Amino acid sequence: MDAAIREREGLAARLRRWLPALARGRRPEALPVTLDRNRVYIVPTRAGLGFGVLLATMLIGALNYQNNAALLLTCMLGATLASSMLLTWRELHDLTLRSLHADHGFCDARLPIHLAFADDRRARPGLHVALDDIEQPCPLRAGVSRATATAPTESRGWMPIPRLRFFSTLPFGLFRAWSWITPDQYVLVYPRILRDGQPPAHHDDPRERTTGGDEFAGLREYHVGDPIRHVAWKASARHDHLLVREFERAAPGQPLRFDWRDLPGLDRETRISRLAAWVCDAYAAARPWTLVLEDRRTLGPGSDAAHYHHCLTALAELP
Amino acid sequence: MKAPAIPLGTHGATEELAPPAFNLLCITVLCVLAAHAPHMPAWYTAILAAIVAARWWQRRHQRGRVSAWLRIGLLVAVPAAVIAVYGTPFGREPGAAIVCGLLVVKLLESERARDARMAIGFACFILMSALLFDQGLAFTIIVGLMLLPALATLRALEPGLPETEWWPAFRTGTALLGVSLPAALLGFLLIPRLATPLWGAQGNGEARTGMTDRMAPGDLHSLLTDNAVAMRIGFDGGVPPQKSQRYFRGMVLWSFDGRAWEPGAAARRPWRPAPLGVHDPLTRYDVTLLASHRHWMFALDMPVDAPEGAVMGPDHTLWSSKTIDQTVHYRVASAVDYQLAPERLDPRLRAAALALPDGFDPGARALAERWRNAAGNNDAAIVRDALALFHDGGFVYDLDAPPLDRNSIDDFLFNTKTGFCEHYASAFTFLMRAAGIPARVVVGYQGGYWNAFAHYLLIRQSDAHAWSEVWLAGRGWVRVDPTAAVSRVVLADTGGAASDVGGGNRSWWMPWQNRLDVINRWWGQTVVGFDALSQEHLFRPFGIERATAQMLGIALAIAVFLALGFGALLASLRPRHKPRDALAAAQLRLQKRLAHIGIVRGIGEGPRDFYRRTATELSDSAPTINRLAVEYLALRYALAEPPPERIRAFLRAVRNFHPRRVVK
Repeated sequence: MDAAIREREGLAARLRRWLPALARGRRPEALPVTLDRNRVYIVPTRAGLGFGVLLATMLIGALNYQNNAALLLTCMLGATLASSMLLTWRELHDLTLRSLHADHGFCDARLPIHLAFADDRRARPGLHVALDDIEQPCPLRAGVSRATATAPTESRGWMPIPRLRFFSTLPFGLFRAWSWITPDQYVLVYPRILRDGQPPAHHDDPRERTTGGDEFAGLREYHVGDPIRHVAWKASARHDHLLVREFERAAPGQPLRFDWRDLPGLDRETRISRLAAWVCDAYAAARPWTLVLEDRRTLGPGSDAAHYHHCLTALAELP
Repeated sequence: MKAPAIPLGTHGATEELAPPAFNLLCITVLCVLAAHAPHMPAWYTAILAAIVAARWWQRRHQRGRVSAWLRIGLLVAVPAAVIAVYGTPFGREPGAAIVCGLLVVKLLESERARDARMAIGFACFILMSALLFDQGLAFTIIVGLMLLPALATLRALEPGLPETEWWPAFRTGTALLGVSLPAALLGFLLIPRLATPLWGAQGNGEARTGMTDRMAPGDLHSLLTDNAVAMRIGFDGGVPPQKSQRYFRGMVLWSFDGRAWEPGAAARRPWRPAPLGVHDPLTRYDVTLLASHRHWMFALDMPVDAPEGAVMGPDHTLWSSKTIDQTVHYRVASAVDYQLAPERLDPRLRAAALALPDGFDPGARALAERWRNAAGNNDAAIVRDALALFHDGGFVYDLDAPPLDRNSIDDFLFNTKTGFCEHYASAFTFLMRAAGIPARVVVGYQGGYWNAFAHYLLIRQSDAHAWSEVWLAGRGWVRVDPTAAVSRVVLADTGGAASDVGGGNRSWWMPWQNRLDVINRWWGQTVVGFDALSQEHLFRPFGIERATAQMLGIALAIAVFLALGFGALLASLRPRHKPRDALAAAQLRLQKRLAHIGIVRGIGEGPRDFYRRTATELSDSAPTINRLAVEYLALRYALAEPPPERIRAFLRAVRNFHPRRVVK
């Protein structure tokens, strides 16, 4: 951590150095993790501090006017609001994060992270989770043990799952309990997709080929989104539903070729993003493709999901 | 890596108010208005409530604040209206009316969760201030229950509730309030009371109508229809005096100006009261007098001595040195059968007891003259004449007495002939004085309800009464109750419980109210009357004679600590996970045994994989493990309703399986 960042952290960082408890939970740890009482923190919210001042005023007023009914009411309100602290704390206490797994995601997009909690009969309707300070609700009904959160991504490659901050302000919003979990897990972030550039060199745009088509291949059922001009009206008249003409796609023997060297004059990250975009488009069009990387490593040809992920992984892992 | 902020964020504060939370906020504000309605002008309460309803209607159709001009207008109108009514914005009633108005203005601009939280805090404060006006048990409970909508609003501002319903929001607050009650009581007992107020709190007790120092025709009417408790009296030995003797004297009115009776100069002169000739054992009793904001202390008929902090006037009334702004307790001894100044009446008192204003009521004077001429020196005969007039002269007891003209006594005696105790006492005393018999009006309470269960006499404001005392040579001062002579009674339909005549209760629920007063008495003694002095004696059972504020503070700190610890313990109780069925129990047992020798089932490891791995690792018992695996998988997954005997067999097999680690 360089000096500039350290300076920006200011008070929070200094506090963390002085109070070891604040730093706890920063070390990555293996799941499952149970939030026991040592790692659930609780502080009053601003509203809670406001109510504290209010209660003090009420107390002084009741004492000054020697009005015992008012004092009793103040005590009742005070005890109730104070005990709400325990409910807030209970909202987190004993929560067990059993496992999590992240979907593959592209850089700059939100990465969905699926959280699996231990089966719990206790509902936690006010549970929130924050990843990199993006707060999102994550309510758990009784007997429900799964939730999904999203994490921001900043660069491609292996990214540690950001620290999860679970928090809740239930029931009255006067206290905020929170706890940190830093899972010892990484997720691969695929490169940024860059589509505004040129189409693959020496080759037709894969998207053009699918709409253009060359040879009539057969009929199939109409799906929403099919071009109207492909509807086989005469054939449809003999059936209950619409039929469209299907055209032969490009022959499997002629895979598209995406080569690192096809993109001269661009910086490294832009090249990677462009290649990733081509791979995505080809996969979406179900056209086989071959990817040639910087070090002449050649992937493919292929057109299935495994090949798609293989290519994107390779691109993401490029130094 | 970014520096994570310490989470003190404003999550949720700027969210828009959802309809359930807003509805609950409106209910809370209406509750606050209801709590203050008894002492605000009815039109003011009605207008504020109408504004709340209009705001609710407006936001139902279109979200957004009410226009700023309207809010500013209201902000000006509220204090203006209050000043117009009360003449000043300061003081208890005007202050309460202003804060109620401000709360409604706050509702008009409440659009976000933050506004709603502020409004709720404000509402809680105003609810508490309602108790400055009345700290009776029933009202305290009602105000306490009004905390529930406030708590429900706070709950509804948080997530996790159905979008459209608002009543589930009540659940948490109600449960928490119930659970917190012991802690609240502990706090109530231990919070050190102030011996002296920090700032001026004089006259800030409860507002209560009570007896005034003046009695004009019709003045007592509001008192006679007021069911508020005036005082409670416990008698030594637990036996009350006979019903006909339950006259509690408060003040003696000497001076008559033609319209109203007032104590006059004689009542407050530092003359020594005449000695009392007592015939029977004294009646000793304890009085709990509720705040009356006057100096009068009431005592059964003729007290022999003044209690501490009071002096006895020349007419044997008790005068407290301070106004009675808090409930007071005192102990008095009284004589019921007595002789007071039988031989000689102090000439100064005689003069005061015969004074009549000139130029009033010629008819009454003439009547008294006729009686005097007929009776000669026999004063007692004149008294009898007057009582006979009330009994047979067509007089009616009626709380709805018509107004009287300038010669009020003549108008009453010869014209309206309708009135209640004060009319009769006034006219009777006037007639006696006109006939030359020293007489005075006494105002106090008469009757009361004897609670046989808790052994105390309950006196309500509606037991207020006025009667006369006349001085007869040889007998001294004698009590005469002219109202009792009236034979015709018209029951008032004012719902009051005036026992002015013969102690008859007037509504069907009054007996129940009287019986339930035990609870009110308990409340008044233990809660409302729990002051710095009672708190000092709090630790007496533990051998500490005088508890200091410091001790109380330490005890309070310990109590808070213990309560929090106990609460945390309760909150951290986790529901025990029991295996749901015998098969799962058997499987868990097997896993436990295997874990013991180092084969732990991984997370996400299916049973088939787990058994296969176990069989590989424990090659010696592989056949047994495979048999168990087949049986388990069949029972768990193949059969919808596995036969129980097969499960039992599996359980037996697991029990008999003792895996042993193979040392390689």
